[in-house]
Amino acid sequence: MNYETFDHEADIGIRGFGGNIGEAFENAARAMYSVMVRIEAIKPLEQKEINLSAPDEELLLVEWLNALLSLSDIERMVFSRFEVRIEGTSLTARAWGERLDRIRHEPNVEVKGATYHMLKVGKSGDRYVAQCVVDV
Amino acid sequence: MDPKSLHKINDYLWEIPQHGEMKVPGRIFASEKLIQEMDEKVREQVTNVAMLPGIQIASIAMPDAHWGYGFPIGGVAAFDPDEGGIISMGGVGFDISCGVRTMKTGMSRDEVMPRLKTLVDQFFNRVPAGVGSEGLIKLSPGQIDEMLLGGAVWAIKKGFGLKEDLDYIEEQGRVSGAEPEHVSDTAKKRQYREMGTLGSGNHYLEVQVVSEVYDEPAALAMGLRKDDVVITVHCGSRGLGHQVGTDYLKSLATAAQRFNLPIKDRELASAPIESPEGKKYFGAMSAGINCALANRQIITHLVREIFTDIFPEGHIKMLYDISHNTCKVETHTIDGRKKRVYVHRKGATRAFGPGQIDLPQEYRHIGQPVLIGGTMGTSSYILVGTEEGMKTAFGSACHGAGRAMSRTQAKRTWQGRDVIRLLEAQGVMIRGHSYSGIAEEAPESYKDVSEVVESAHQAGLAKKVVRVKPIACVKG
Repeated sequence: MNYETFDHEADIGIRGFGGNIGEAFENAARAMYSVMVRIEAIKPLEQKEINLSAPDEELLLVEWLNALLSLSDIERMVFSRFEVRIEGTSLTARAWGERLDRIRHEPNVEVKGATYHMLKVGKSGDRYVAQCVVDV
Repeated sequence: MDPKSLHKINDYLWEIPQHGEMKVPGRIFASEKLIQEMDEKVREQVTNVAMLPGIQIASIAMPDAHWGYGFPIGGVAAFDPDEGGIISMGGVGFDISCGVRTMKTGMSRDEVMPRLKTLVDQFFNRVPAGVGSEGLIKLSPGQIDEMLLGGAVWAIKKGFGLKEDLDYIEEQGRVSGAEPEHVSDTAKKRQYREMGTLGSGNHYLEVQVVSEVYDEPAALAMGLRKDDVVITVHCGSRGLGHQVGTDYLKSLATAAQRFNLPIKDRELASAPIESPEGKKYFGAMSAGINCALANRQIITHLVREIFTDIFPEGHIKMLYDISHNTCKVETHTIDGRKKRVYVHRKGATRAFGPGQIDLPQEYRHIGQPVLIGGTMGTSSYILVGTEEGMKTAFGSACHGAGRAMSRTQAKRTWQGRDVIRLLEAQGVMIRGHSYSGIAEEAPESYKDVSEVVESAHQAGLAKKVVRVKPIACVKG
């Protein structure tokens, strides 16, 4: 598995791995949607674009996840496939998903926001990891 | 936390003496047992808050305190703008003005039981809840601003509820100081379709029965007797509040650096109250409070409609509405002087004592009702604020039980279906929008609410009036 969730007292941590930072961001997003819904059930039918920049890579991760949450809320969509390109501390991304289906996607819990808690972006062994705790 | 590492003031008050960069001491209101169970991080976070500029008297933690982002959950702190005081997003949290509203039904348990199943099914079907739910009304950009300025007052003007409901809401259903222009377009867009929705996680709509009366005169003033049925809703400011939190976490974290504030933790995201950043956050956060008040008002209207459809003989009357994630401007007596301060309550309830002008006439002699939510299967409590709490904790009390086990661990331990079966056997009907969500909210994954309430009572923060037990619960 290239993403996982981890234990945290009241909330939940999300973590993505990858061969580069972009991939780790893609998988961190998967980890976040796996908290909200059954991610395997999401069909990548519609594509959205996101462009962002932030002062550093870690803040960029929080921005990226929060941009997805806003988009999900406004468009009533959930996403499962991502393509992230990072240059410096700017991000260009595409996300694929569909309108939330409250039966098929088996919703679990809303994520209110990605936080700075346990926020880490960096290299761990031979792969990159991107993680933080999300408020549910 | 080791009680020996704290300075014991009395059985229910423990102090972290002022040291290092702390401007005031830290004070934790709790029994020895709760202190022992309390997370070591609470000490660290209470200490960090005590270092913030302009803090008054003490950095305070409630009996249900546990780790939070920046401030602990259960953290209370007041700041004076005239002493360079700050305002902190970490002192309010992501779910601005999340709160509890309790309504009376005018009916007893025996009268409600025969039609309880119909009632809870209708609540489940007609009150929008769960991930991605949409409200019955859709707001336009212009209407959003009116709602953010008007709170529950706006909702009533739109036909959601009765004018008399407003008397039983903090600040009569609308906080002044809301500035919709400082709420981002993204935040507003997130709210277009979310008015009158419950949300998910620990949010709920519950049918409860008064199971014990501790203070007969206070209960009488609230119009409560043993076996009365009440309805309680727990929810917040929805997508708009979450987005305001997200936006200002970022801007106040940057401001804290710019103003060179002594911040030990990025999530304390703060700015001086009188700075442009601080003023903007206060305006946006106040708008978030009004959003939560409007949201709970619309849900009240739905509850009233559904209840009287099924029980035409019933009459839904407000008991009270409290918010537990806020920053409010209040006047408190500090060192013998009346001061206007910015009181942050994060996972803490306002608990004004008797005589306060903000309270409705019939509660003014007993103090403000303090609504403490338990977990699905356990009790909730109604208390009243005290004179003593006004002096020791800026008129604040605890807010709930607090998690004892992580969500992941709860999901590993229980199956949603089993939790439902077990609770039904104990006489609590459960309807949920998500089985895994129910597993995460299993009663055993929370601390014992009774111990928390007992500590608040013994510490003099608020006095127990009644205990209510759930007979049906709709989870978001």
